[in-house]
Amino acid sequence: MSAARTRFTAPQRLLHWLMALCILAMLFIGVGMVSTITPAYLTLVQIHKPLGIAILILVVIRVALRLRYGAPALPADLPEPMKLAAHLSHLAFYALMIVMPLLGWAMLSAASYPVVLFAGFDLPSILPLNDRLHALLWDAHHYLAFVFFALILLHLAAALFHALVRHDGVFATMAPGFLSKAKRG
Amino acid sequence: MPEPNTHSPRSPIGSLILIGAVVAAGAAAFAYTAGWLSPNRLTPVKVVDALAPPGGPALGHRRNHAKGICFTGEFQANGSGTAISSAAVFATGTYPVIGRFNLATPMADAADGSVRVRGLGLQIAGPGGQVWRTAMITAPIFAVSTPQGFYALLQASGSKDPNAMKAFIGGHPEFLTFVHWATTAPWTDSYAEDRFNSLDSFIFTNAAGQSSAVRWSFIPAAPPVSITPADLAKRGPDYLETEIADRVAKAPQTWTLAVTVANPGDPTSDPTKAWPADRRVVTVGQLVVQKVEPEADGPCRDLNFDPTVLPAGMATSDDPFPAARSAAYAVSYDRRTSEAADYPHSTTGAKP
Repeated sequence: MSAARTRFTAPQRLLHWLMALCILAMLFIGVGMVSTITPAYLTLVQIHKPLGIAILILVVIRVALRLRYGAPALPADLPEPMKLAAHLSHLAFYALMIVMPLLGWAMLSAASYPVVLFAGFDLPSILPLNDRLHALLWDAHHYLAFVFFALILLHLAAALFHALVRHDGVFATMAPGFLSKAKRG
Repeated sequence: MPEPNTHSPRSPIGSLILIGAVVAAGAAAFAYTAGWLSPNRLTPVKVVDALAPPGGPALGHRRNHAKGICFTGEFQANGSGTAISSAAVFATGTYPVIGRFNLATPMADAADGSVRVRGLGLQIAGPGGQVWRTAMITAPIFAVSTPQGFYALLQASGSKDPNAMKAFIGGHPEFLTFVHWATTAPWTDSYAEDRFNSLDSFIFTNAAGQSSAVRWSFIPAAPPVSITPADLAKRGPDYLETEIADRVAKAPQTWTLAVTVANPGDPTSDPTKAWPADRRVVTVGQLVVQKVEPEADGPCRDLNFDPTVLPAGMATSDDPFPAARSAAYAVSYDRRTSEAADYPHSTTGAKP
């Protein structure tokens, strides 16, 4: 039963760390690419699009795993506001992981840019050409990226707080195998 | 109830400092990547800001090549292009085109007789969504060798320092070749008589996997009729737009697409350096302009003629301009689409 589980399942942990890498890369590529006119711009844009779609596919699997296996319970002694913050931040993460790639795809569609995943393979357009819609989607994609990164920093701080200050086992629920074994031992 | 800290004899202060340091390092790395810690980085935003005329940019319009008129038509490929590129638009056939004749000025209301360089933005839609976009100009060579040089040119021409231009030319002598063309080449009295050149080099790859560096030009069928800028000015500020609309209404206008293939060693990274005239030229088809429409409601209005939108079989080369143009065009596009209210579609009301 999932109620007895003290850690996320191995596939959940694998996806968490894989997606953490992808999303961090995505956010750094995003702010990096829009700040340069060198040829790196094109390379970064070419990575940004397929990586975004990869994240969209991974998050679908991740949501399915979460619905199937759930999550280990938070420590009973965790103050209620912190529990609430944990739940809300996780909801926000899921929302952003789903919405950001869709916003990017929709934004390119509304601008009538071909959404090239790799040479010769384009995704279909999901919106008609529309300037106002493009402006709206572009703003959303842009500002939510900063919200996303801020949330990641908060998440990182909270994870380390659990690991280094509270020692309450929350970090171990998601830690890679070798780390959590070391903790228990 | 278990005490949270029973396992740790250590004070949490050190841990809290460590957590703060990790978060700060993450934020700093992000800020560095975004360029916030590098005031000297040449960003697309800086380039687009530098394009603005003294009175500010034309809101809702392209930040450069701001004045233009839309057209639709088709590209008739004769099949010869398949020898150099596997691009779908080169297979024998007819493909729909959306384009834009324009003036190389940041001012949307510039008088036609006041702008030396004209442009042509083009989208050719191949089968399977394989789109080719290109934006060309009438100059036979570009004004500067590098995007950094272009930014320096914008700064010098916008500077109040009387020596700024002299200093710029001192550092960018290639600019004089462009000035020579600009001051001596004849002007035409119609967009239909203009030759439009890619200037930038691209890499074409054919079905056999052979790659070649290329540049291309659209060569008009209409014979050029030269006119002095003063006489062009006398015909009215929007003469070119009304003329091309009238001319196309009477008969479709055509251009031949000629692709020039570089010899090994030809300069591909510098659009100020023309290739020798004896290079192999492949005539791949014809552009037929069939209908001209005002930009406010025209099909070209909300298209970004980003020169890096290329079908399979075409790629960018070591020419640094297409990447820089792509980055800057995106900023221009993002700004103007957010300013739609400043340049109303006539069908939505405000302006006739």
